[in-house]
Amino acid sequence: MRVLRMNKRHLPEFLEASKQFGELWGPVKKGEVYVYEHIQDISEMSLQPQRTLLPLKKLIYPPKIKMFQYEGEKYQDTQEEVPRRVVYGVPSCDIHGLLIMDEIFLRQYRDPYYAIRRERTAILGASFCTCYPKSCLCQSMGTDFIKEGFDLYFTDLGNYYLVWVGSSLGDDLIRLKPEIFNDNISRKDLSEFVTRKSSYTQEPCNIIDMAIIPDLVELSSEHPVWEEMGEKCLECGACTMVCPTCNCYNVFDEPYLNTETGKRERYWDSCTFNGYSVVAGGHNFRESRAERLRLWYWHKLNSFGPQERPACVGCGRCVDTCPVDINVLTVSKRLLGDKTKQALSTKAKKP
Amino acid sequence: MSDFQEENPFLPEPARIVRKYDLTSDVRFFQVRFVDMERALSLKYLPGQFMMFSLAGIGEAPFSISSTPSRPGLLEFCIRKVGEFTEALFDLKENAIIGIRGPYGNGFDLERIKGHDFIIVVGGLGAAPLRSLILYALDNRDNFGRIYYLYGARTPADMLFRKEFFEFIERDDLGCLLAVDHDPDGDWPCYISKVTDLFKYVKNIDVQNTYAAVCGPPVMYRFVIEKLIALGIPKNQILMTLERRMKCGVGKCGHCVVGDIYTCIDGPVFTYWDIINKKGLI
Repeated sequence: MRVLRMNKRHLPEFLEASKQFGELWGPVKKGEVYVYEHIQDISEMSLQPQRTLLPLKKLIYPPKIKMFQYEGEKYQDTQEEVPRRVVYGVPSCDIHGLLIMDEIFLRQYRDPYYAIRRERTAILGASFCTCYPKSCLCQSMGTDFIKEGFDLYFTDLGNYYLVWVGSSLGDDLIRLKPEIFNDNISRKDLSEFVTRKSSYTQEPCNIIDMAIIPDLVELSSEHPVWEEMGEKCLECGACTMVCPTCNCYNVFDEPYLNTETGKRERYWDSCTFNGYSVVAGGHNFRESRAERLRLWYWHKLNSFGPQERPACVGCGRCVDTCPVDINVLTVSKRLLGDKTKQALSTKAKKP
Repeated sequence: MSDFQEENPFLPEPARIVRKYDLTSDVRFFQVRFVDMERALSLKYLPGQFMMFSLAGIGEAPFSISSTPSRPGLLEFCIRKVGEFTEALFDLKENAIIGIRGPYGNGFDLERIKGHDFIIVVGGLGAAPLRSLILYALDNRDNFGRIYYLYGARTPADMLFRKEFFEFIERDDLGCLLAVDHDPDGDWPCYISKVTDLFKYVKNIDVQNTYAAVCGPPVMYRFVIEKLIALGIPKNQILMTLERRMKCGVGKCGHCVVGDIYTCIDGPVFTYWDIINKKGLI
């Protein structure tokens, strides 16, 4: 992969130049949290990678979209114009999340709504995220670094970045400001990278033992944890909304006032909702909250999608979002039982 | 039409309701044909696959195909009125246009079943997908060994395709066994028993070389499988087609998921061995 060197002070002018490709989006602080916003003035955004309230899926797989329009029984493809975007400051866990979403949406029966947004969004990742050490578990999930799925990736080495060029589009972005990038990576740069990377890895976030957790999920279908958590779960669906790899949606038709025409819309659904698995006639294939939670944790901690791997990317959003403390950490801890103490350490990372 | 439209798998295609009539008090038979005649005649599908029906302003729902691909042109469905979508569908008259897309799902692997004895076991509305299979098997009779068709309904009035299946009884290349649980009018000419009691009439099959296909209400599966296992049919030769909530049919919306399996694209036909290995399939 092509790697370039860029002085940190050039970042704002590079981001400014990237607007030639499309709308610039980045993390902006709103109260206590960061959210991805359309950036007019670069001083509004964080130049550090940030874990936003909603992951990058908010832009690629928006909470609600119009699929098409109908008039009588005529269905017309009326996909709205999807703007080109450059999103800066994406932490590696969110990019890992997107790679898992790709497996679902870009496999057979490629989803055109997802595909077009994916294609029109340039992803500028940023490394050494220090966002939420108390809740994140990226090291356990192997998502603290990333090798693919981005267009450019900025590795922060003090007063400069090593910039990894991950796609042809990324290379085009570089060419918008070629003078600020340097092709000559010195031995010193490489040794700084190695030092930074290894010292970063030595600051642990939450560690759960992923060598054993998938097996425990598989073998624990009768474990009391599901009933216990099911008792507490409020079915608010917040865990699924904030999760970078939750892809479920529902479809609704919305007639316009003159009943003959209308639009078909898609919006996020949640497997924690009671009606999620109800078929016509009223039979519910997952009647209890316990069964529905077990499905979610099966996907996150055992296997999901065509590659049958755990879908949790360790961002920790469920840890900070669930109002009743049901999350990948508490569930793993309960499944591990006595082994927990040594397996799960919540040493906070230094900011 | 733009390129984008051709690639959008979610866009329903117009189809016409050619014919409809009631099979029972709440189940109706629909013959449907793509408005585009070329599309109608070139459609390829397998028994066990399903189509998504679309009614503008109401939404979409999946329905098993009841016709056989060996008789191209018309698609047939038997549909029970159970909710908002089917109520709206039942209001439609002949010649009404609806949207359909598909076919979806894996369907029955006919190449695998070919050359074997074959037992088809149906309960109630399970006749919807399995009628496709039995018609296909009879249209390609030389491809199969002995064939048994076992169908159980609650009462004679609940039995779907009664006339068609009575004709099967006359055939000497098929063991067609029809049963009802109750016979209120006392004039039922076939068996009055559970479908599981019909297995004692299944004779002269080579069990190791037999496939079975089962579809019916969830409560039926356990008892039917017990019988098939007792006969000695291998677990991976017992095929079942399952129902789930589906919003897309193409492995995206998540509703039909069981573990990491998507019923809509990995199923809806599974073997009993799959089912033992995937908790929650039945």
